[in-house]
Amino acid sequence: MFKMSTSPHINSKQTTQTIMRDVIVALSPAIFAALCFFGINALIVLVTSVSSCVFFEYFLSRRLGLKNNTFDLSAIVTGVLLALNLPATMPIWMTILGAFMAIGVAKMAFGGIGKNIFNPALVGRVFLFISFPVQMTTWVKPHVLEFFNLDAATAATPLASLKHLTVAEQFNTDYLSLFLGNIGGSMGETSALALLIGFIWMLKRKIITWHIPVCYVGSFAVCIFISALLTGSARFDVLAHILSGGLLLGAIFMATDYTTSPMTKKGKIIFAVGCGVITYIIRVFGSYPEGVSFAILIMNAFVPLIDRYFIQYIYGTGRK
Amino acid sequence: MKAKTFAIGGIHINKHKLSANTKITELALPDVVYIPVKQHIGAPAKIIVKIGDKVKVGTLLAEADGVFSANVFSSVSGEVAKIEEINNGQGYLETVITIKREGDVFEEGMDLTDNLITDILDDKEELLRIITRAGIVGMGGAGFPTPIKNNIPEGKKVDTLIVNGIECEPYLTTDGRLMIEKAEQIIIGTRILNKILGIQNAVIAIDENKPRAIARLHRIAKRYVGVNVQKCKSIYPQGGEKQLINAITGREVPSGKLPIDTNCAVQNVATVYAIYEAVQKHIPLFRRVVTLSGNISHPCNYLVRIGTPISFVLKESNIPLEKVGKIISGGPMMGRTISSLEAPITKTTSGITVFLEENSYKPETTSCLRCGKCVDACPMGLMPLNIRDAVEHNEFQNLKQLHVQDCILCGSCSYVCPAKIPLLDYCKIGKYELSKLQKKA
Repeated sequence: MFKMSTSPHINSKQTTQTIMRDVIVALSPAIFAALCFFGINALIVLVTSVSSCVFFEYFLSRRLGLKNNTFDLSAIVTGVLLALNLPATMPIWMTILGAFMAIGVAKMAFGGIGKNIFNPALVGRVFLFISFPVQMTTWVKPHVLEFFNLDAATAATPLASLKHLTVAEQFNTDYLSLFLGNIGGSMGETSALALLIGFIWMLKRKIITWHIPVCYVGSFAVCIFISALLTGSARFDVLAHILSGGLLLGAIFMATDYTTSPMTKKGKIIFAVGCGVITYIIRVFGSYPEGVSFAILIMNAFVPLIDRYFIQYIYGTGRK
Repeated sequence: MKAKTFAIGGIHINKHKLSANTKITELALPDVVYIPVKQHIGAPAKIIVKIGDKVKVGTLLAEADGVFSANVFSSVSGEVAKIEEINNGQGYLETVITIKREGDVFEEGMDLTDNLITDILDDKEELLRIITRAGIVGMGGAGFPTPIKNNIPEGKKVDTLIVNGIECEPYLTTDGRLMIEKAEQIIIGTRILNKILGIQNAVIAIDENKPRAIARLHRIAKRYVGVNVQKCKSIYPQGGEKQLINAITGREVPSGKLPIDTNCAVQNVATVYAIYEAVQKHIPLFRRVVTLSGNISHPCNYLVRIGTPISFVLKESNIPLEKVGKIISGGPMMGRTISSLEAPITKTTSGITVFLEENSYKPETTSCLRCGKCVDACPMGLMPLNIRDAVEHNEFQNLKQLHVQDCILCGSCSYVCPAKIPLLDYCKIGKYELSKLQKKA
């Protein structure tokens, strides 16, 4: 007797697990950069975050009676993203708390993978940011390739410098440092180069499309550019704004999360432009220097609405 | 020449055209054939022979029952042994005429030589009558009676004939081989259809993965008026009727309407070749080209008599059946699995795909990520994951808005899904439930 089944009889090789594996590969340049710049501190935060995310995923899926999806690697991705969004000097217990908020509250409480409304890693980060503002904004100076250098001299982030720039002053961080990542900031957000390598990898492996990252950064850049034209202030340095802070990390890895972003191309563009504009508003008019996390979380809330109203054109229904 | 393609969705898949360079060979004759009386969409043909009758190759066995039906001919010479109901391979009983073969004697009047006959009879009505009499139906898989497609109803007109040589199903190579080996015959067949439709505008659409067929047909088509060759991108499902019309003409078949509403007629390459044989060589439809492919050592293309049991095809090719897990009638994207090896080759069997045991299992389903890959893949612009939600939650009234009835069953959504959710199954259930709901209303 032969096997009977419905068509199609072949499937693509891409599974949830291979997608998550590709995302981890895409994140590896950023991980490498974090280890280069922040040494053993970065490693501690990373290991804490990943292991506690995996633990909470496994433990809670059993406790809540959900299907055990620990081996689809998505908890590792969340753990890495959370770590990359934290400063290298984050106390261990705070990192664990952040991981609990990410996996336990933002993901498992909603029913696990595919059911969450908000990006888990960002929920973890924002929770820590609001609860522990001092630890979350203590940025250490990077020590390139000095792995065991524990000297925790603090450094201002370029964004904070930009924010407090007066009209007469000039912005004086060189763009090469911004691009390579030799600046203060969260572990994974400093190196634009590493993030862009990850972006290209994900495009090549067809994990994401260009729509969200390009439209996010593009709309944000246009807003900054218009402000620069109107005010003439050095605060609105387009390139410095793009290369610093969490913009690239957010646009490439966080806003593109499948579950918390729209499905159609049209929806993706609207979502990304919304993220860009809100990031601009918070960075320029808000009290925080950084607005990427809040912008993405706010737009996450609009995703069901966007998915409902910006549907695809259906063949044969007549284009208007 | 720039390759054309359709506007919405589509997926890239490995086409596995293993037998693309294997010549069509004639399969040996089986001792028994089972000829179904219904190998087409519509009413079963009415049987006009009785048990014990002597028949020859090309003897009419069953007559079309009305317009929506087709004649059925004997494919071997011998004696009608039984008229019985057998498992058609998909688990349904089907009436077949069983013929015990003796020798290989043909009815008179058939021209079985390779001589090319280029002059076409100048009588539309007579041409249509010949095609009707020869029992020709759409050989791409649907089995739509060909005369209906070419008999244009009052108030409609056709300005473009599209000959479908895409063959986007993986593994299958029958159309590709026919276009290489019978190129000129196909062009003459196309001209016959041009004459019936009263137009001078036929496009033979070929997938860019068949460069030899494109080159050959292109060269020959130059010598004839009204036949053009168009290269199309190798994207699945390029060969879907609605997708192909869109690729070639830019038009869209309105939801719920037929291709004729876009002034197009679409015919498969194998059908066009059958039309050539019927009109120019007086050969009714009693054989067809079938690809035997899949996880086997010698994929090939056979010219097979209709009614030949699949078991005979497999035996002739020495397929080790103990390692086989799945046998599919057609290709792996839209084909159907076969449970009974006695099921016969019919007018619409374009191939048999054999999968080994280890390739015969469906992958395990995991949670939906809402990644939208199914939405990007759907060539009709539907949202398969929303259709699934509606079906799972018994919200059948929402299915109309989701246009589930426009689904062409291509399977692209199930193929791309990283969570391996059988989305096409949900679409099929959705179609069924919606039609039930609409019947009630």
